Amino acid sequence: MVMKRVNAVVVGAGAGGGIVAKELAEAGLSVVLLERGKWYTAFDCRKDDLRNQRTSVLGASFGPDDERYRRVFVDPQGHERVVLPSDGVYGNNAACVGGGTASYGAMAWRYMEKDFRMRSTYGTVANSTLDDWPISYADLEPFYEKAEWEIGVSGDDSGNPFRAPRKKPLPMPPLPPGREHAILKPAAQRLGLHPFDIPMLRNSVPYNGRAACMRCRWCVGFACEVDAKNGTQNTVIPKALASGNCELRAECVVKEILTDHRGRAIGVAYFDSQDRLEMQPADLVVASCGATETARLLLNSQSNLFPQGLGNRNDWVGRNLQGHGYAGAFGLFADDVYDDIGPGASIAICDYNHGNPGMVGGGALCNEFIRLPIHFSSMTPPNLPRWGKAHKDFMRQAYRRTAVVMGPAQEMPMFDSRVQVDPRVKDFWGIPVVRLSGSNHPHTVELGKMLSAKADAWLKEAGAVSTWPRPPRVGLSGGQHQAGTCRMGNDPKTSVVNRYCQVHDVDNLFVVDGSVHVNNGGFNPVLTIMAIAYYASAHMVGEWKGTRFRG
Amino acid sequence: MNRVTRRTFIQVASAAAAGSMVCCTNGKSPWRFFTLEEGRTADAICERLIPADQDPGASQVGVVNFLDIQLVGPYKRFRSSYRQGLNGIDQTSRQMYGQRFTELSAEKQDAVLKELERGGPTGEGWKEISSKDFFTLILGHAMQGYYGDPRHGGNYGRVSWKMVGLPYPPIRGRLHYDLTNHHGGTEALRD
Repeated sequence: MVMKRVNAVVVGAGAGGGIVAKELAEAGLSVVLLERGKWYTAFDCRKDDLRNQRTSVLGASFGPDDERYRRVFVDPQGHERVVLPSDGVYGNNAACVGGGTASYGAMAWRYMEKDFRMRSTYGTVANSTLDDWPISYADLEPFYEKAEWEIGVSGDDSGNPFRAPRKKPLPMPPLPPGREHAILKPAAQRLGLHPFDIPMLRNSVPYNGRAACMRCRWCVGFACEVDAKNGTQNTVIPKALASGNCELRAECVVKEILTDHRGRAIGVAYFDSQDRLEMQPADLVVASCGATETARLLLNSQSNLFPQGLGNRNDWVGRNLQGHGYAGAFGLFADDVYDDIGPGASIAICDYNHGNPGMVGGGALCNEFIRLPIHFSSMTPPNLPRWGKAHKDFMRQAYRRTAVVMGPAQEMPMFDSRVQVDPRVKDFWGIPVVRLSGSNHPHTVELGKMLSAKADAWLKEAGAVSTWPRPPRVGLSGGQHQAGTCRMGNDPKTSVVNRYCQVHDVDNLFVVDGSVHVNNGGFNPVLTIMAIAYYASAHMVGEWKGTRFRG
Repeated sequence: MNRVTRRTFIQVASAAAAGSMVCCTNGKSPWRFFTLEEGRTADAICERLIPADQDPGASQVGVVNFLDIQLVGPYKRFRSSYRQGLNGIDQTSRQMYGQRFTELSAEKQDAVLKELERGGPTGEGWKEISSKDFFTLILGHAMQGYYGDPRHGGNYGRVSWKMVGLPYPPIRGRLHYDLTNHHGGTEALRD
């Protein structure tokens, strides 16, 4: 069935799409926001340690489900296999209204100025497509601020001398420090480092009509029971609906973006919640499905004019898939460091994001979110048996005495780490699935080892009686920090979208999510995705003028 | 005085309970997926992975119950791995010591498991799944059953959470339980 034409259809109600929908709707455009998952509420926080977005062994509580979704994973030896969302290598992010922001850890980092100028700062890196962004930190600064105030960020980075300049402080103070924070802060200062309170998209005080965090132990991977964690599902998406100009259609799976004989986007074809094929015409199409699924959608949108998929004339769609491998260290202390006061993560340093001798980039280091016992059971020292009496003794003695410091190693993008569509395997709706292949750059692994050593030194200074490393990941990245697959650039030959997130050869098609990141920084990427969504929306609204993108 | 410790009592009591169950079911399996013999073998493996000491082991907190529930739910895809692996470990036990796994002493059971862990056994029983892969699979699942949420059928009485010193979480009525699908909290009580 063909639906009534609207000004804009936004595909994906996550960090990027939720913001675009709200900005366009408030500017007066009629908007349809399509989301493949459901709209959950705070009551859907199950606090189930085996079925959540972080530990999905029994399923991902906020989707996608194992029944209808699959991908093909190709390992570095070239062996391929079909994988389900609950398998680690699927590289899942959530499928629900709010996307990853409904259940994330909610760290709210601004990238640093050098993260936008990696090639100018460091030169080229062998076997990497490392490059500068076409936009600078200064271009995004007002939009970072808008994200911090509209979505809501608590924390205090005034003690971070490495931070990029900001015009306004964060809207909420940090949560009071827990025991790990109290131990780690003076230790960092003794080492000459610069610890500060992590900025978090979490209410530390009542904000935007919702309560403050109640400090429980189920945070990253879970929805917030008291709705104190701020995502697009409880901020901008309700605002978009309140404008009267936006219709949210959940459980709608978009098959392809449709184009006309002139090569302009005319809308999308999607399967609704009853699996009926529908067509939504629109003047403007925005793909905000996350770096993996946006690439899949563009590649699956083939026609005579675009035989290789949309935006893919030069074979750049799906390339440069990035995420973050976390590396760090565990420290066993003589006394309890566990205080059962969530979320756990609270203190960070940015001393190692840049300026590491002989290295390109780096990463932030933070104390980790609370480890539930099932997490901790696989975090034991490498010299300890993985099972039996010794393992059980360690669990009993060490659980409350262990602190973890780790951080995201900045990834050197690889042209061959990529998303393709599989020529054979299809999902429940008959849509060709994602095919993942590639590996992590050796220098990214080196950065991880460096972060691991720095975390180790910090924990030792804090009084850890023994430490052991969390080694960096070697395999393909992606997952919750997925980025890079529709690179932003000035040259259409080496990028997919321009500086306004507009696909180079389809001027009424935009990509607004982590896909456009040229580099994913040494930080959790979500605040940058949000800032880019505000920035790109401002461009769309400014250009709109009633008819701009109409055919 | 003949002092019966709590632990001895529980061991005797559960042995008696297991015995009566065998009697009443006439050898028919009490499990959803496992045969009676498979259930016993899986139980013996898990008990060596997480043995009883001053705190209960895998056997007593229902790790096999957890495995059995998941194997008719989200772990359906691991059914053939379990069928083959539990058969394979008996073959390896017979090759090493001339007896089934459940008939071996704890020390010999540990020796068999160490062989599996290093991927030593190959042979007929390990054609479909390697001994090493099966060991990794059941180890991960045993840890989930022992340290995971009791709603999934293991960790009876939150034994492991008490053991590591984790305070009881507040229970807030039905809000944490999904009653609309098979992943919900009451699943463990249904067949």
